[in-house]
Amino acid sequence: MSNGLAEPVLRLEGLSKNFGSLVVTDNVTLDIVPSELHAIIGPNGAGKTTLINQLSGLITPDAGRIIFAGADVTHLPPNLRALRGLSRSFQITSILSGFSVLENVALAVQARMGSSFRFFGRAAKEKALNDPAMDVLERTGMAHRAHADANALSHGEKRALELAIALAMQPKLLLLDEPMAGIGPEETDKQVELLRALKGQMTMILVEHDMTAVFALADRISVLVRGSIVKTGLPVEVRADPQVVTAYLGEEME
Amino acid sequence: MSGATITASQTVPAPRLAREIIRPALIFIALALVPLLAKLLSAQYLLDLGSRVMIFAVAAVALDLIVGYCGLVSLGHAGFIGLGAYAVGILSAEGFGDALISLPVAVGASMLFALATGLICLRTRGVYFIMITLAFGQMIYFIATSLALYGGDNGLTIASRNTIVGLPLIKTDLALYYMIFLFLLGTYLFCRALVSSRFGRVLRGGKVNAIRISTIGFDIKRYQLVAYVISGGLAGLSGFLLANSTEFVSPAYMSWQRSGELIVMVIFGGVGTLDGAIIGSAAYLLSEAWLSGLIENWKVVFGPILVMVVLFARGGLIGISAKLWRPQS
Repeated sequence: MSNGLAEPVLRLEGLSKNFGSLVVTDNVTLDIVPSELHAIIGPNGAGKTTLINQLSGLITPDAGRIIFAGADVTHLPPNLRALRGLSRSFQITSILSGFSVLENVALAVQARMGSSFRFFGRAAKEKALNDPAMDVLERTGMAHRAHADANALSHGEKRALELAIALAMQPKLLLLDEPMAGIGPEETDKQVELLRALKGQMTMILVEHDMTAVFALADRISVLVRGSIVKTGLPVEVRADPQVVTAYLGEEME
Repeated sequence: MSGATITASQTVPAPRLAREIIRPALIFIALALVPLLAKLLSAQYLLDLGSRVMIFAVAAVALDLIVGYCGLVSLGHAGFIGLGAYAVGILSAEGFGDALISLPVAVGASMLFALATGLICLRTRGVYFIMITLAFGQMIYFIATSLALYGGDNGLTIASRNTIVGLPLIKTDLALYYMIFLFLLGTYLFCRALVSSRFGRVLRGGKVNAIRISTIGFDIKRYQLVAYVISGGLAGLSGFLLANSTEFVSPAYMSWQRSGELIVMVIFGGVGTLDGAIIGSAAYLLSEAWLSGLIENWKVVFGPILVMVVLFARGGLIGISAKLWRPQS
């Protein structure tokens, strides 16, 4: 995990973003090391999703740099970041409605394998796309829903599909924006198991409100308050930090 | 949960069979039989009307490709029809009366114009996209009116229909009818293949959720630009057919009202279905032909019908037919 020697997968240097006079990201500097699951926690409005949006390229920071796999990607558009192995899931489910579950995932496989300027041949029947997509669906426990319309899924299943789409990109770094948001306890347990099984296979940044899940999964935790990181450390250190407890954990952990 | 899966997968094939095979097949069989009907009733105007329906159907299918599958509403598509038609007219006036030259020029010029304008139009979204396509459409409308050498405002009469490899193959209206038929069939099959290909899947995904598509690695604008160029080229093909059918070209072909009519055809028939655009073209032009015989201002009647279809049948005429097809659901 954090041996301090490995080159970080992701390095944030003095990242800052304002929305008007509101500071949403305040001089964030952070290293994410290979294979760790790094959780980012913080109260509502701390700027967690804004931070994730800057990492995935949907928002451009006002200042600072984002170094991914050794290259500066601060001004790279989202699609090129995705192709370099920076994949994300969305807090508000962002699946393709009207597409089948399998098609949602197969499209991500298609993006990764390139050559989408093919004008003939039924994409929905291509084994080269469907087989890897089916693999991912099996790993995420969604194989039995492969042919359902993505709209017809339960909320928990939609969250699992979100994850499957991100995984189909075979990311080096997976950004998970509240994968447990709005789902029941049983489905939360399933998601935790799923993420636990993925640990070590790729580096992950997990933004999550469910503290039980965070402490069950995270190798390290950063606490974000009003846009700035007030603490980064091992779960035990974060739990014991008085500043963190007063700022956030106190109310949440009771 | 697994029960739901089974019913879902069972209900999928039936409507697709209807949607992608039976319904288009019925449309094309009907179109193929129009000349027979015209002969039986000795009504030559049916043949002309059928040609006209199919010519505008080519452009409407092309428009549906970007409206229905990319979510891009173009109010300048008549410009491409005009470009294609003027290519035939000008080449013919200059002594190049063979389709071997005029067809590639008509389609190529339209594609080039689509590429040049698409690069600019696609920087915008929504209403702005509509306005800027309208602006480019108007631009080439006024260029056409200022072509004093080729008729200007009055248009340009074409001496004779194009020959094909030197042969007067479309001299008769019947032969022309079937050539148009083949081009419409080709256009339809091409677009049908396109929308279910890898390329088409990216387009459809971008229409549903552009952010998701970009975060899985696609630069959606590049795909939309290619679709826009293809759509422009097909509308140019429609212009090539129109010029050969009427043996006349005029700036009126590219008026913005004509672009609006194409949108009405697509919406009336059913957006995002391709064959709906053919139905829409037929419904619009038949209404025009028959209602205008009854009332001078036929749009007074057509307007409310269009409003009713949009309000009560979101899927257009195709949507109504699909509901009748499966009354249980």
